Amino acid sequence: MPSRHRLSHMAWILFLIAPAVVVMVSFVLIPIASALAYSLYDWNGLARGEFIWFANFQKVLFQEPFNRWTLNAFTHNVIVFCALMVVQNVTGFLLAYLIFKEPFGYRFYRTAVFLPVILSTVIVGFLWKLFLHPLFGIVNQFLNGVGLDALALPWLGDSRTALGALIFANAWHFVGFPTLIYLAGMQRIPRDLIEAARLDTSSELKVLRNVIWPLVAPATTIIFVLTFIGAFNWFELPFIMAGLDGSPFGSTDVLGLYFYRTAFGNQSAGVQDFGMGSALAVIIFSFILVAAATWTIYLRRREIEL
Amino acid sequence: MVRNLATVATVAVGALLTQNWAEAAELTFWSWRQEDKAAYEELIADFNKQQPDTTIKFETFEPQNYQTVLSTALAAGKGPDIIHVRAYGNLETVASPGYLRPIAMDEIPDLKAFPALSITAETMREDGNLYAVPFASQTLVIYYNTDLFAEHGVTAPETWAEFLAVSQTLKDAGVIPIANGTATAWQNEILVGTVVPSFYGAQFEADVVAGNATFEDPRFVGALEKLTEITDFLPDGYTGIDYPTAQQLFLTGRAAMFAGGSWEIANFRKQNADLNFDIMPSPAPNAGDPRLVSTFFDGGYAVNANSEHDEEALSFLRFAASKDFGQKLASLLGNISPVPGVTFDDPILSKVSQFNDTAASYIMLVHFRYEEPSGSVLLQQTVQRMMAGQATPAEVGKEVTEGIATYYTPFQ
Repeated sequence: MPSRHRLSHMAWILFLIAPAVVVMVSFVLIPIASALAYSLYDWNGLARGEFIWFANFQKVLFQEPFNRWTLNAFTHNVIVFCALMVVQNVTGFLLAYLIFKEPFGYRFYRTAVFLPVILSTVIVGFLWKLFLHPLFGIVNQFLNGVGLDALALPWLGDSRTALGALIFANAWHFVGFPTLIYLAGMQRIPRDLIEAARLDTSSELKVLRNVIWPLVAPATTIIFVLTFIGAFNWFELPFIMAGLDGSPFGSTDVLGLYFYRTAFGNQSAGVQDFGMGSALAVIIFSFILVAAATWTIYLRRREIEL
Repeated sequence: MVRNLATVATVAVGALLTQNWAEAAELTFWSWRQEDKAAYEELIADFNKQQPDTTIKFETFEPQNYQTVLSTALAAGKGPDIIHVRAYGNLETVASPGYLRPIAMDEIPDLKAFPALSITAETMREDGNLYAVPFASQTLVIYYNTDLFAEHGVTAPETWAEFLAVSQTLKDAGVIPIANGTATAWQNEILVGTVVPSFYGAQFEADVVAGNATFEDPRFVGALEKLTEITDFLPDGYTGIDYPTAQQLFLTGRAAMFAGGSWEIANFRKQNADLNFDIMPSPAPNAGDPRLVSTFFDGGYAVNANSEHDEEALSFLRFAASKDFGQKLASLLGNISPVPGVTFDDPILSKVSQFNDTAASYIMLVHFRYEEPSGSVLLQQTVQRMMAGQATPAEVGKEVTEGIATYYTPFQ
């Protein structure tokens, strides 16, 4: 039987974690559970209809044309994730390395690279939409100015370039974030370790590959998982730059836009379907949860091996 | 002394308040028409001349979120007494869960003289009940800049051939002939609604509704073929031109024509008072053919089924169906009121009302925006692709038909 002292200790612990538990339950667990419950009903606008088991999931995943749209949006999320890993995070790693070497004015670069990160996505989206405007945008005016008229495309209106343009804007916005994390990781490496390595080899590339890269592995894990979650929850930037429909004709559609359109309707075209929307939300959430957890475990193991 | 005065004043105010509570009904009226607030308050003042005891508070919400705000309030058993609702599929979203009070024609006798299509727009298909007093219709037309037309020696075209010739003349002179782009999805449906009904004809719409034709019908596909002919006359990089840019190109005189709805009239005048413009219906395929414009009803005024002031709300609806109300709505807001006998002082509005004599429905909104995937979603996406040169009109017809066929049995 626990002593009185022990009991009062337990009571204190319960008392102290209670606020956090209440907040977690009411703002995280209950919404997730209710989204799951909503997805099992037929909805009439916002009025709940009959319990229909997994019919909403069946519709979203297997019925034409919704299955095509789901796959299309999912594919774009995957592309966005891979492209951001390469464009945003590799650039971030290289920038971090350059700043780490402390060239002349590195303090300025450190601030300059991070500056766009603090801008709101709304502002960044709007700015790049203006820059890429086919008639008034500076990008095309520049291309025309230097005689590259053939390259002056309607970037956001062309299905071949629209998604790329969005990824580029996103990378411009957030490249400072992986840079900062890698930089912090590199600065944590003991100096003498790097200097010892430099004595052994004259190849800077080998130092980078065999010493720095393995020692910033925890940074890579964090960046990988955050990029993954960010890429699959991508909404603001495509919403501002491409609109709710993922214009042109779905070439920039991602799961976030598709979910919003389905659940809340699109004033100029769609119908509200809360059940299908919730089903989509549950699918997106489960996918992110499982994939992010698996990867985190895998990458943590890799950190130790490296 | 001061304290005594204060007490007396408090009691007196209290007494006044309670007296008002006892006699006057206080109603709320929700709408998405933020820019029309002043006009509606004037209309409510007119109503109070007849019924001084009923106060109505007019509250507005951001249009994109209005439907969500409204549905949420109604689902929670709250919401306003009088509701500005939209029409067709959007009306059914609110009406089918039983949030709106059905209106019998006998309760508002003026409704019997309303155009039949306006009544259909506010009627739920399943139970055949009317749920709102229709308030305005919109018509899709082609706007043109009269100064630019005069400067380049062209006049408003009547046939499709003339329309293309006028566009070529303008283009050769360095003017953008048509301001519209295709980057904003719904603008594609507007282009279809403006140009193609004259080509597919009134019978096609009747056939589709009766289930005797699909969108793969040669009449529809052929009409879309005509629409692709305008791509030469849209701005450079039109696939990247969105709706606000198109409006600005027309407003600043860089483009000579603009395909759009009658709701733009008031907006254009407000944004550039010096712009001289006029409107025309879509060009006729051949001289003498009917020039059909697409029309649809915008919405109406409904009563909350849970309102505690049912009688007062209904009497406001009765007022909203009267000629006085319709006339004032037309003159203050430039809305095409469906109330019979309303006249339009504005020459452009009166033109719109004339065009409405040879009207077709804005086909997807009126008939196929009730279920997922809506005809509008399908049409907007596929036409956007067609205008970019990545789909043929036949593919558009096929994809739209297959999408609608998932719930519309005559297409299966």
